[in-house]
Amino acid sequence: MQASITNTPTRYGWATILLHWLIALIFIGQFGLGFIMVRLTSQRTAFELIQLHKSFGFLLLGLVMLRIAWRLGNVWPPLPRSVGTLERRAAPLAHFALYAFQLALPLSGWALVSVSMLEIPSLPFNLFIMPNLPLAESDGAESFWAAAHWYLAYAGIALVALHAAAALRHHFQLRDGVLTRMITPSSDQE
Amino acid sequence: MYTRILGFAAVAACLAMPVSAAVALGDAAGSYSISPANSSIRFSIGKVGGGGLNGAFARFKGSIRIDNGDVGRSQVNFTIFPESVGTGQGRIDAFLRSDAVFDSANSPEIQFRSTSVTRTSDTTALVTGRLTARGKTFPEKFTAELGGLKAGTIKFHVTGKVLRSRYGMDVGTPIYSNIVDFDMTLTGKRG
Repeated sequence: MQASITNTPTRYGWATILLHWLIALIFIGQFGLGFIMVRLTSQRTAFELIQLHKSFGFLLLGLVMLRIAWRLGNVWPPLPRSVGTLERRAAPLAHFALYAFQLALPLSGWALVSVSMLEIPSLPFNLFIMPNLPLAESDGAESFWAAAHWYLAYAGIALVALHAAAALRHHFQLRDGVLTRMITPSSDQE
Repeated sequence: MYTRILGFAAVAACLAMPVSAAVALGDAAGSYSISPANSSIRFSIGKVGGGGLNGAFARFKGSIRIDNGDVGRSQVNFTIFPESVGTGQGRIDAFLRSDAVFDSANSPEIQFRSTSVTRTSDTTALVTGRLTARGKTFPEKFTAELGGLKAGTIKFHVTGKVLRSRYGMDVGTPIYSNIVDFDMTLTGKRG
């Protein structure tokens, strides 16, 4: 059985699955990294971790844009027939919100870096210079974007937790294929 | 001696600078202590994409001794107190003072002791010496240019490049260059 790159009308292909889990890992990792990096006593480690957080943020932004393009260009398997009306309505809203947070978090972080009076350039993974967004620098703007980034992070991670809880409910309580189809790719035979 | 320098100054006004300075260094022999009020120690670290981090040390002390017969036996020593670093941005200053860079609480002094002075032109000299920061000592060299000489006061413009990684201060590379460009104006008062 040959695993398919693209989705089929009933299953996800491996590109969708890879993007989902890669982004999940980076998103949750970024939350942990962000939480730790602002609580360190070592200024040196803090500086280095903040640069790493920025690097993964830009990677996340790129992957999310790719993911959205991939989603728009692929068939999308529907929820199983057994899924109830309320969840059938709520799930697309939750998924849309998840995409919105995946975009808003790196963008608000990029804005924060761009307006900071510290003027620390962004050099993702020491590979290339990422220019700043065309926003005016000021302490006020920095405080605003820092707060926005912080609130978005907590709201985003709460939504991820809800999403994970829903997936686990599908697997263990409803016993449908919603979680497993995001793990096992579609095959050409389907 | 002062009258000689004053006399020289009058002559110097009529002469080309290198020639006058050549005369001057001979007259400049003696010991000077660096006057912080008329001196500055500035530094600049380039960053990717252009621009850089510019700062200065507000507190330092030092001495300049110019040997009468042999300029090569002259000596320049200075001590910088990194606690006094200033960049115009408080958060950057706090970062520089922290153990990420200077660790000024545990290493309150950065010292330079010259080991040799070589005349490179009528008004310039290459000063080599040992720089000690955060417990590490390496040979460094600076270019000193005589900027002025008048009654009991001698002024040098000193420039040089120091690799900060040698002193355990490589944080932020490669976003910020490893090379620290020093630009100092050291004014010595005879004492």
